[in-house]
Amino acid sequence: MSEYLSELDPGAASVGVVEKKFYTCAAPPSCLVLESGARFGPVTIAYETYGTLAPGRDNVVLILHALTGDSHVAGRYRADDAKPGWWEIMVGPGKGIDTDRYFVICSNILGGCMGSSGPSSINPATGEPYGLDFPVVTIGDMVTAQKALLDHLGISRLLAVIGGSVGGMQVLEWCVRFPEMVAGAIPLATTPRHSALAIAFNEVARQSIMADPNWNQGNYYGAAKPNMGLAVARMIGHVTYLSDEAMRRKFGRQLQDRSSFSFNFDADFQVESYLRYQGTKFVERFDANSFLYLTKAADYFDLADRGEGSLAAAFAKARARFLVVSFTSDWLYPTARSRKMVQAMKKSGLDVSFCEIEAEWGHDAFLLPSPRLSELIRGFLDRLEREERRQAARGEGGHAL
Amino acid sequence: MRFDLQIIASWIEPGAKVLDLGCGEGNLLYYLTETKGIRGTGIERREDKVAQCIASGLSVLQGDLNTEVADYPDHAFDYVILSQTLQQVYEPASLIGELLRIGRRVIVSFPNFAHWRNRLQLLWAGRAPVSEHLPYEWHDTPNIRVITVRDFKRFTRRMGIRVVKEVAINTHHHNEQGHIVHFLANLRATYGIFLLGSGGGGEGR
Repeated sequence: MSEYLSELDPGAASVGVVEKKFYTCAAPPSCLVLESGARFGPVTIAYETYGTLAPGRDNVVLILHALTGDSHVAGRYRADDAKPGWWEIMVGPGKGIDTDRYFVICSNILGGCMGSSGPSSINPATGEPYGLDFPVVTIGDMVTAQKALLDHLGISRLLAVIGGSVGGMQVLEWCVRFPEMVAGAIPLATTPRHSALAIAFNEVARQSIMADPNWNQGNYYGAAKPNMGLAVARMIGHVTYLSDEAMRRKFGRQLQDRSSFSFNFDADFQVESYLRYQGTKFVERFDANSFLYLTKAADYFDLADRGEGSLAAAFAKARARFLVVSFTSDWLYPTARSRKMVQAMKKSGLDVSFCEIEAEWGHDAFLLPSPRLSELIRGFLDRLEREERRQAARGEGGHAL
Repeated sequence: MRFDLQIIASWIEPGAKVLDLGCGEGNLLYYLTETKGIRGTGIERREDKVAQCIASGLSVLQGDLNTEVADYPDHAFDYVILSQTLQQVYEPASLIGELLRIGRRVIVSFPNFAHWRNRLQLLWAGRAPVSEHLPYEWHDTPNIRVITVRDFKRFTRRMGIRVVKEVAINTHHHNEQGHIVHFLANLRATYGIFLLGSGGGGEGR
């Protein structure tokens, strides 16, 4: 995802000052059994919560972040922080996900580098960062870790799970792995599996990191980092998050700080300068090994694996009501992928709504201000809440107040 | 709510599973959900209308009804509603066949092109009829089919489709009010509404 802070209204309501918390579990002799079969522990999960948990614990919204996101969805760690969380436009008092009504939880994904266990974490056995000794994790493993966090927080029912892109994959995984826990699900701009095209872009990005001499088989902590490789990986990612139309509008063929070609390999065009800037900024906050692990997890994901190869059979395990949203100019996870999911949900008799939002900004559109998206999410959550309360009043579902 | 939708709503029993094709802003689904506790789904092509429906708490899919219906398993719904859309469908026979596959009952309503005003316009003015119920000129109309109550009955007989119930109505005041036409329906009704069931045999529940 990219940074769009210029779009924020500084006067808008906010959750205010928030705190990142940590939960550690699966410490030896206990462990987390991963999908690969590897046993891993201890596991630390960084998370944040906003809003107030209702006495009936029936107002929980779990947000699942995308590839390079983190637990910092909204608010600021310090009142004078320059930037708020990555979905400040959607999460806060009176917003699409209204923190006056809902208790919002978001945790950093397993394998990440924003506080949860990942390749840059210290391996207690050696006292050194794991590097490539960190096990390869999957979307399923991320969800297992999130489930452990919810158990710790004493939450057994989710009003909704919401996430875009790789976060949307986790939404899908949640619905089929823990169907009894999820009342509603909002997968945004996502796909039930990566296309060859999506895998190809990820592989080029990984190769870029691994080709950086500083990468050193993942063993670069405490030394020069593979910044060039990671920056290029980010540049590739960025191109896939935009669209032809968005780039034409934003940059066209305009030159950067010059009136004619340099006739050398400086950044002549604005688009080059922009990508270089995004790459440089990214390396300040992200770990190259984490990028390898997380892109691999996204490539491995295939929801049909939960249904012995059939997407419909996988969705047949789900109980949630779905709101699927795609964006017209998203060519990384295009509308056709969302329709494929919707089709399988219909075959499985699930209650599903689907909307394709007209947007020119490509895959990143789900992170941009969209009154339409806010209105959809607000209305859907409102309905879920009404239905949950009605169901609880009838004493159905085994999760009554 | 439109008078034809009021009639359709009266045919649907509480708690039924309903699919509304071309549901627009979701008026019928919303009414049926609130008053009869139905489990409803709508299909609508336009993003703004779909968003309006979802925002008001309905389950609606954005898409083309001709392709969307194909995904549902057999008898997925108690009722499938096609209100005032049949005249815009390219392949009515195959669509209705598909609807009878996914629904126990299918409700179809359409403007009756054989209403006497239409006949007079054609006869005296020699022009394609334009009325409150058919407000389009020949060049901008989305209505690609000319259907009459009599034609539709003939169609059901030929296709072996069972007509469980049929009503012809005459509407006024922006279609919000109206009455049922019993006598000379094909001449006097502005709309026909049919409740269809697949195959022969006795009346269902």
